[in-house]
Amino acid sequence: MTAADLPPQADQRLTEPGSAYRVVGTSPAHHDFVDKVKGSLLYAADWRLPGMLHGRVVRSPVPSARITGIDVTAARALPGVVAVLTAADVPSNAVVEMASGGLAELEVTMPVLASDRVRYMGEPVAVVAAATPQIACEAADLVAVDYEELPGVFDVESARADGAPRVHEVGNTLVSWRIQCGDVAGALAAADVVVEGEYRSQHVEHAYLEPEAGVGWMENGVLTLRVATQVIEHAAMIAKILRLPQSKVRVIAAYMGGGFGGKEDMTVEPYLALLVWHTRQPVRMIWDRQESLVASTKRHPFLMRYRTGADRDGTITAQQVEILGDAGAYPNLSPRVLFAAAACACGPYRVPSASITSSAVFTNNVPSSAFRGFGAMQVTLGYESQMDLLAERLGLSRTQVRERNFLAKGDLLPTGERLDTCVEAAQTMRRALALLGEPSRPSGPGKLTGRGIGCNRQPYGRTIWFRDRASAWLSLQADGTLLIRSGVTDLGAGQAASLCQIAAEVLGAPLDDISVYIGDSALNPPAGGTFATRQLYMSGNAVLQAARELREQMSPVAADLLGVAADELEFSGGRVRPAVGSAAAANGGEGVSITLAELVAACDKRAVSTAHLSIWRAESGSFDPRTGQGDTFPDYTYGTHAADVEVDVETGQVTVLRYAACHDVGRAINPMRVEGQIQGGAMQGLGYALTEDMAVEDGYVQAALFANYLIPNAQDFPDVLVDIVQSGEGKGPLGARGIGEPPIGNVAATVASAIADAIGVRPDRLPMTPERVLTLLDTRVRP
Amino acid sequence: MNKRQIVLSVNGRDHELWVLPSDTLLDALHDELGLADVRYGCGEGVCGTCTVLLDGEPTSGCLILAVQAAGHEVTTLRGLMGPGEAMHPLQECFLRRGAAQCGFCTPGMVLTSLDLVRRRGRPSREEIRYALVGNLCRCTGYTKILDAVEEYADAVAAGSPPEAVS
Repeated sequence: MTAADLPPQADQRLTEPGSAYRVVGTSPAHHDFVDKVKGSLLYAADWRLPGMLHGRVVRSPVPSARITGIDVTAARALPGVVAVLTAADVPSNAVVEMASGGLAELEVTMPVLASDRVRYMGEPVAVVAAATPQIACEAADLVAVDYEELPGVFDVESARADGAPRVHEVGNTLVSWRIQCGDVAGALAAADVVVEGEYRSQHVEHAYLEPEAGVGWMENGVLTLRVATQVIEHAAMIAKILRLPQSKVRVIAAYMGGGFGGKEDMTVEPYLALLVWHTRQPVRMIWDRQESLVASTKRHPFLMRYRTGADRDGTITAQQVEILGDAGAYPNLSPRVLFAAAACACGPYRVPSASITSSAVFTNNVPSSAFRGFGAMQVTLGYESQMDLLAERLGLSRTQVRERNFLAKGDLLPTGERLDTCVEAAQTMRRALALLGEPSRPSGPGKLTGRGIGCNRQPYGRTIWFRDRASAWLSLQADGTLLIRSGVTDLGAGQAASLCQIAAEVLGAPLDDISVYIGDSALNPPAGGTFATRQLYMSGNAVLQAARELREQMSPVAADLLGVAADELEFSGGRVRPAVGSAAAANGGEGVSITLAELVAACDKRAVSTAHLSIWRAESGSFDPRTGQGDTFPDYTYGTHAADVEVDVETGQVTVLRYAACHDVGRAINPMRVEGQIQGGAMQGLGYALTEDMAVEDGYVQAALFANYLIPNAQDFPDVLVDIVQSGEGKGPLGARGIGEPPIGNVAATVASAIADAIGVRPDRLPMTPERVLTLLDTRVRP
Repeated sequence: MNKRQIVLSVNGRDHELWVLPSDTLLDALHDELGLADVRYGCGEGVCGTCTVLLDGEPTSGCLILAVQAAGHEVTTLRGLMGPGEAMHPLQECFLRRGAAQCGFCTPGMVLTSLDLVRRRGRPSREEIRYALVGNLCRCTGYTKILDAVEEYADAVAAGSPPEAVS
């Protein structure tokens, strides 16, 4: 039996039975932490090359227009300008995303540079390279574009109306997913109670502190980009745009200053690539923050309509959900985002009859795409508000109605899939509430307090029909130190560091003796991008498998040297020795050991390789978009947040008094990083719930300054209290579940639940600003 | 081009460099002197990733011109460190507490909090929050940053860490 045959949740081989992990479960400060705290990490904007030019994108100032002329004469004439490129200079000016793999969406082409038509404010029209950033800016202003404005559509409902202006000729509905099970109409008609709600969310900006940036150059005939990206696999698309063989484009991902999904699509890459290819000089491009606010992708605003039927005891019998997501002007990853929304629309609850539709709709707004939570987070406000409504209607407590309906291992989801790992949602709910303690009291007259809870189910790993895989290469050096190569990209969540911990656990190399090389499409075995909370699951399993296989490869040599059986070895502390409790150890051999360096030397003599490449494949399946049945995601992470808020009835101001979060992470590889993910995700969620709104009016982005877009600062919200459940039943390495995306999902629902508890009226629109809360207060039936 | 020569005193060393009158201190430090620990994040003085100490005061490098900084002492995060990249005790606290994720805000966070502890001795957690409103972090949720600063301030109050800073 090879290591790959072992189900990850039944792991007993890593260390000798009964013994605890040595490295996994600890929180060491890794290489990247150290560099970051020293300020010595070099991000994408930090490279400077000889003769480097500076690039700038010329963008459309209007949301919908025909381009009737572009004059670049003045820009080209400016001293210091090296290149001004337009659509005519792009070898293949067509990006076709097909994010669901062609399962259900329209085929729509996105130009790299617009030629005859612009569809959103900020759409790239030309690109400039010059000797200095200042000259590049000046030249960009000198590119004269004539726009003939056209009517546009700016919200999903208008876009679906008859006779609406078309964003693309093929139609305004990019994709419509349908998931169906049972007789929903019948079940709703027969239900003891039916509760209904309509919920709306807003455009949201990722607001990573590192703006989009990169440097490109030619090296040995290879177009090379070192950029802030979550996905080095975009190298293939860049090759296509330039009509180059894929072997002639290399993408290196620098450690990122945050990404959150916003660096999952290409950002600077195609523009840098064009400029480097045309000028044959190194080029740097950094988007201004203000440019990033206007033109980078956003979180999809959702319009969600829910109808939920239940028995008198609170048992859900049916749920009908309709979701419309504003895709903006181009497809990007919208088909997948809206699929995740549909697949998770019923949350962590058993729903025997369900009818879910989820559509991505084109508008002339800035494109929406990936953002932490990826569609599965917006729907939390919908399904959790429905649970609260059910509780209110039936006179049950909010925890009772949830406990009655939580999914359990073995249950079927509306797609017909059976859950094959445990669901510890109830435990996370108990623990989150326990963290909060006694309910908070109002601080004075005119103040109302309330407590809210929000549970969620967030997938980790890619949509299952992509047959996901990740590879990793490990090599023990002659001195016994270890190299890891993986195509993983690192957003700052410790993606690379976790791989070191897993390899250290299996091979016994001390962490300080391990170097990890990541994010290079030419030099690393592919790992797929860092998104979908997939890298601990995918690359963690790949490294675990590679490490085990490498150990098995070398074990006979070590066993021979030590005079023990190959399955009775312990790799730890940079040495190999007879395992505690083995026959050899019992015979007095426990003091005998060899160093990893000695093992490498012995392997070398016997022509046994001390390097190993391994590919790990996720489970696969298929989904039928016509029946709405099939496989969706490999597994889910469950969690609950709880909060106390205080509402000022005079101003509508909501103050979060206490906040607690608990998720089942399966196994915490690095508990400190897990806690950090939960605290950071919850804080982003608090911004989403209460302050963040990237308002787009008639296609014009309103927040032109970072000062106008309110992400949480250190004073806005209290500390997020964290508890972690470790069920050991995830599908990641050693039973881990992903935790990157899940903790942002619960927050808006939790805060809405708390506000409703405080004021007796339920918010249904985000963000829950003082103005909106005041309006809700006005609708109250006064006692 | 209308460049002029200035002398910038950065981390205890004088640097002669040519700058445009419109160049910010951030431009000069990051692009001319190659100091990667001073970072462009917004250009509006909102995010704090370009924070430096100007004569000991936390200042956004994007909000003052390079020519205005001439004649003043500029300290960046790297300037807090001792020989052989020895970390400042506050940096050690950040490391121990897991106070960095992507790390982009870290230099500004460290410099602003260091100034606070110097001025206030043992600030309360609320005072630390107030001092850090101009340093945004999108990853950590701030808790571990506050923990790190508190740990450092406690140690300073107890008289234990050497104030190894210029």
